[in-house]
Amino acid sequence: MSNVARAVKPSKAGQVNMWVRAARRWAARFPLHAIIITISLLWMTPTVGLLVSSFRPRDAVRSTGWWTVFVNPFDFTQYTLENYVAVLTAQGMGRAFLNSLIIAVPSTLLPLALAALAAYAFAWMEFPGRQTLFAIVVGLLVVPLQMTLIPILRLYNQLGLSGTFLGIWLAHTGYGLPFAVYLLRNFFGALPRELFESAFLDGASWFTAFTRLALPLSVPALASLAIFQFLWVWNDLLVALIYLGGTERVAPLTVRLSTLVNSLGQNWELLTAAAFVSMALPLALFFSLQRYFVRGILAGSVKG
Amino acid sequence: MRRGGLLAWLYVGPTLLILAIYLVYPTLTTIYLSLLDKRSETFVGVDNYRWLFTSNAMRIAFRNNLLWLVVFTALTVSFGLLLAVLLDRVRYEALAKSTIFLPMAISFVGAGVIWRFMYAFRPPNTPQVGVLNAVLVGVFGRDPVGWLVERPINNFALIVAGVWIWTGFCMVILSAAYKGIPRDIIEAARVDGANEWQIFWRVILPLMKSTVAVVTTTMVINVLKVFDIVYVMTFGEFGTEVLANRMYKEMFQFRDFGRASAIAVVLLLAIVPVMLVNIRRFQEQEALR
Repeated sequence: MSNVARAVKPSKAGQVNMWVRAARRWAARFPLHAIIITISLLWMTPTVGLLVSSFRPRDAVRSTGWWTVFVNPFDFTQYTLENYVAVLTAQGMGRAFLNSLIIAVPSTLLPLALAALAAYAFAWMEFPGRQTLFAIVVGLLVVPLQMTLIPILRLYNQLGLSGTFLGIWLAHTGYGLPFAVYLLRNFFGALPRELFESAFLDGASWFTAFTRLALPLSVPALASLAIFQFLWVWNDLLVALIYLGGTERVAPLTVRLSTLVNSLGQNWELLTAAAFVSMALPLALFFSLQRYFVRGILAGSVKG
Repeated sequence: MRRGGLLAWLYVGPTLLILAIYLVYPTLTTIYLSLLDKRSETFVGVDNYRWLFTSNAMRIAFRNNLLWLVVFTALTVSFGLLLAVLLDRVRYEALAKSTIFLPMAISFVGAGVIWRFMYAFRPPNTPQVGVLNAVLVGVFGRDPVGWLVERPINNFALIVAGVWIWTGFCMVILSAAYKGIPRDIIEAARVDGANEWQIFWRVILPLMKSTVAVVTTTMVINVLKVFDIVYVMTFGEFGTEVLANRMYKEMFQFRDFGRASAIAVVLLLAIVPVMLVNIRRFQEQEALR
C-alpha cells in the first residue's frame, strides 16, 4: 500500500495530509515508546549505579549520590581505580576470581564430556532399561539441590573432600548431568537416522560415529550447554557455601562477595567494585556470545 | 536401532554412577534423616514435621514463600508478557531486550549487592546515597525508609530484586511464543473490528496458554528454592525468612540435621507434580518418535 502511495507524486494538499497523518501516527505511538523507554531505563538504573559508584572515591560515595556524576560526566578527575585495586588485593577478590575459574572450568568440561557420551548412547544404542533409565534422568532434573546437601556433606567430611576443589568439581558434575544428558539426548536424537545408518554400513564404529558425526553436528547445542553450565557454576552460591565453606583460600567470588557484604557494611565504594569484579566475566560472555547465551539459559530453565 | 551391547554401559556407566551417588542416594538418605533427631542418632517419627508445621519460625518462612509465590510469579510473568507484546512493535526491540535480559547474567549475590545499594538507608537530614530513598526524600519530601528492615515492606523489597532478575527470562520465552502466532489471525481480528485490548485477551493470550503455563511453572520452582537473594540481603532477619534459607540455618547454625532434612523433603514434595508431568511429557514424545 505505502509503495503505491510513494510511487504517485503527491499533490501539495496530499503532502500536508501525509504530514498530518504521520504526526497523528507518531502521537498514537508515543505512549508505546514512552512505556518501553521508561521500563528500559528503570531496568538499567541499578546496574549503572553500581558501575558508577565503583569508580568514585570513598568520600564522594559517602557524601553524594552516584547520579551527581552526570552533572559533569566527562570530568574524569571524579573517577578513580583505587577501589578496584583495594578489592582485588586487600579484600581478596583477586584470589576469589582465580578460585572461581579453577572451580568453573572443570565443572563445565567434566559434565559436558560425560553427558555427551551418555546422551549418545541414550539416543542411538539399544540396551536393556534404556527408556526407564532415561525417564529417571528426566525425573532427576528438578530434584531440589537441598535434598542432596546433608548426605553428600557428611560423605565429604568422612572422605576429606569438603573444602577441596575436587569435591566441588564432582558435586557440580552430579548436579549438572541430568540437564546436560537431557538436552544432548534430545539434540542427538533429532539428527537424521540415515546419516548414522550409512556411516555404520561404511564400517564406522560407535566411537567414530560419535566423534565424526554426532559431536561436530551438535556444536551449537554443546556451546549453549557449556555457557549455561559455566554461568551456573560461576554464579552459584549455595553449593560452594556448603562444600567449600568460607575459607579464603578456596572461596569463589560469590562466597567472598557475600562475606564482604557483612564485613564492609556501608563501604559502598568497595562493595560495588567487588560486585562488579564478580559480574565482569558473565557480562563479557553475555555481550560477546549473546545468541548462545540466551539459548543456553532458556534451555536450562528446567534445571533443579 | 542398533544394539549397543556391553559397549552401551561404557557410555552411560560413568554418568549413571555419578547420578546414583550425587542425586539418588542422598535423596533417599535425606528422607530417612528427616525421621531422625538432630544428630541423626535416634528415630523420632514425624516430630520434625510436627515442628515444621507448628513452629513460629516456620510459619513465617511458609508465609513468605507463599508471598513470593503469588507476587513474584504474577509480576515476572505479566511483565514478561507485556514486554513481549509491546517490544514486538518497535524497531529497537533487540536493544531493549538486552537491557532487560542482562540481569540474568549476574549472580544473585551480585544482584543482592546491587539492590542493597538501591535500598541504602541514611538517617534523615543526611545525604541519601540509595536511589529509592533519594527519590523519596528529594522528590516527595518524605522521610527515608529502611526498606530491608521495616515490615512488611522488606519482603516486597526482596521480591522486587527477584523480579528485576527474572523478568527478562519470562520475556524472552514469551516473546518467542508470541512471534510464533500467525500474523493473519491477528490481522483478521483487527479487520473484524476488535480493538488491541480485545485482541490481547481473546486471541493472543489463548494461543499462548501453554507457554504461559511453562513459564509460570518455572517461576514457581524458582520461588520454592529462593535462597541467594534472601541470604545476601537480609539473611532472613526482620521477618523475611524463606524455606531454603531456614534450612541453611538449621544445618550450620543450629546443627539440626533432622529439621533441615524435613524442610528439604517438603521442597521435594512441592516439586514432585512437576517431575511427574515432565516424565509423562517425555514418554508421549517418545511414543511419537
